[in-house]
Amino acid sequence: MMNPILEMPLRLAVWLLLAPLLPGIVNKVKAWVAGRRGPPVLQLYFDLAKLWRKGVVVSTLASPGFLLGPAVAWVAVVGAALLMPLGPSLAGAGFRGDFLVLIYLLALARFCTAWAAMETGSAFEGMGAAREVSYAVLAEAAIIAAVLSLSVQTGNLSLSTMLAPAAGAGAALLAAGLFVVLLAENCRVPFDDPNTHLELTMIHEVMVLDHSGPPLAAILHGASVKLLLFSVLLVQAVLPIGQFAPWAGAGVLAAGVLGVTIGVGLVESLLARLAFRRVPLLLTTAFLLCLFALLAAWKGGPS
Amino acid sequence: MNEGTLNLLVGLAMGLNLLALGSSRLPALIRTVAAQGVVLGVMPLLIEHETLDWRVAAVAMATIAGKGVVIPWLLRRAMRAANIEREIEPFVGYVPSLLLGAGGTIAAVGLARALPLLPEHSGSLLVPGAMASVLTGFLLLIGRVKAISQVCGYLILENGIYLFGLLLIHSTPLLVESGILLDVTVGVFVIGIIVDRIQRAFDSLDTRKLTTLRE
Repeated sequence: MMNPILEMPLRLAVWLLLAPLLPGIVNKVKAWVAGRRGPPVLQLYFDLAKLWRKGVVVSTLASPGFLLGPAVAWVAVVGAALLMPLGPSLAGAGFRGDFLVLIYLLALARFCTAWAAMETGSAFEGMGAAREVSYAVLAEAAIIAAVLSLSVQTGNLSLSTMLAPAAGAGAALLAAGLFVVLLAENCRVPFDDPNTHLELTMIHEVMVLDHSGPPLAAILHGASVKLLLFSVLLVQAVLPIGQFAPWAGAGVLAAGVLGVTIGVGLVESLLARLAFRRVPLLLTTAFLLCLFALLAAWKGGPS
Repeated sequence: MNEGTLNLLVGLAMGLNLLALGSSRLPALIRTVAAQGVVLGVMPLLIEHETLDWRVAAVAMATIAGKGVVIPWLLRRAMRAANIEREIEPFVGYVPSLLLGAGGTIAAVGLARALPLLPEHSGSLLVPGAMASVLTGFLLLIGRVKAISQVCGYLILENGIYLFGLLLIHSTPLLVESGILLDVTVGVFVIGIIVDRIQRAFDSLDTRKLTTLRE
């Protein structure tokens, strides 16, 4: 444990500064599989810097919620990220039931994004928002089951102690379920194609069509923080991070997140987007995987 | 001994049950059933305690060959011969049948605890696995329209009975085991021919159309 005054800014810096690296790595993997050179890994940093300097175009129809939505969503995602421990050395304070706060902060972020999307009154954005929240219903059930299984496994209610040991009997189930949830929550390929610009098939991209300048930068950065958040959750849920020495734990965590990111890139290169009517099936499967992990923890864990 | 590995394999078979309920293409369904057959074939080798009994090894080999290779091959051949589209039209949708299967699996685990089992079987997943497979087989038989997917349901049902039989593998004669396996293979063989006939008579494998059968 390090000095709490020093720890908080360091955690914040890790989340804010390292998050935009992940989409860059995903894109690099995709380019590598396709045999292209691809954009530089730091592309999102350049994009964010460019967007930050630009002006904002606001529709005359939109209420202040159009600008407020992305801001609140960004704050909520970063707040959720701050609850998540970063290995044994940067475990954070944590309190009983902080995983519920994390889930609800993510839900708040989603609500704000959907709200801001509908502000301009564009039919396409309303459609994207409807898709986003209808997928989220199933993904949220899966993540609640996953976190509950960790809680039952360790007999604890705070994220930092819950994520320290290994997931036990249901580790493989939990890993598969959480990976599918990661893909769904971050609008990655089997659910949504982040590269597409055909409104009929987009989900997340269609919601941010009308945003520009700094609010768009906040949305993009928030999305990358969310991707990092889910990768960190997945790695810590499966690996016994708490058993490593402090800095070795950080190294293992970083390697795990890198592995998950490369996995996302490979999935994105090798799979096509699912048809919409197949998506509930995959999300239900993820929910069932997490549910069976919960049962395995319940039956085999120290209850 | 090998209790953990055996339970892992039974868990895998239960997972394959759910995969069979969720798969929407006939080749995928046939592959799933074949994989389950192979998993089931490995199990007798793990149950064996001290020396490897040649009869147990023979049952294992025959099961792997029969359920993992011959029956899937027959089914694929029937599918090709009947020239049917690969989509499985479900009678009960994928998500409801998946949820029903999962609920059935959980209920089977709960029910097995309540059963008066022998002490050496109480920690094993064999009994819940058997009940879950039988239930999945029933679900596939009821909930799918195409004849071939119903055959897959029948095979999964038989896999469940086989799992139950594993509890008694040392007291079951080899003749009974091989007889069951032979029956299943012949059954699938016959169904392959019937599927071809249904296809010729009705231009479809939709078993709902069989109600219009007349003299």
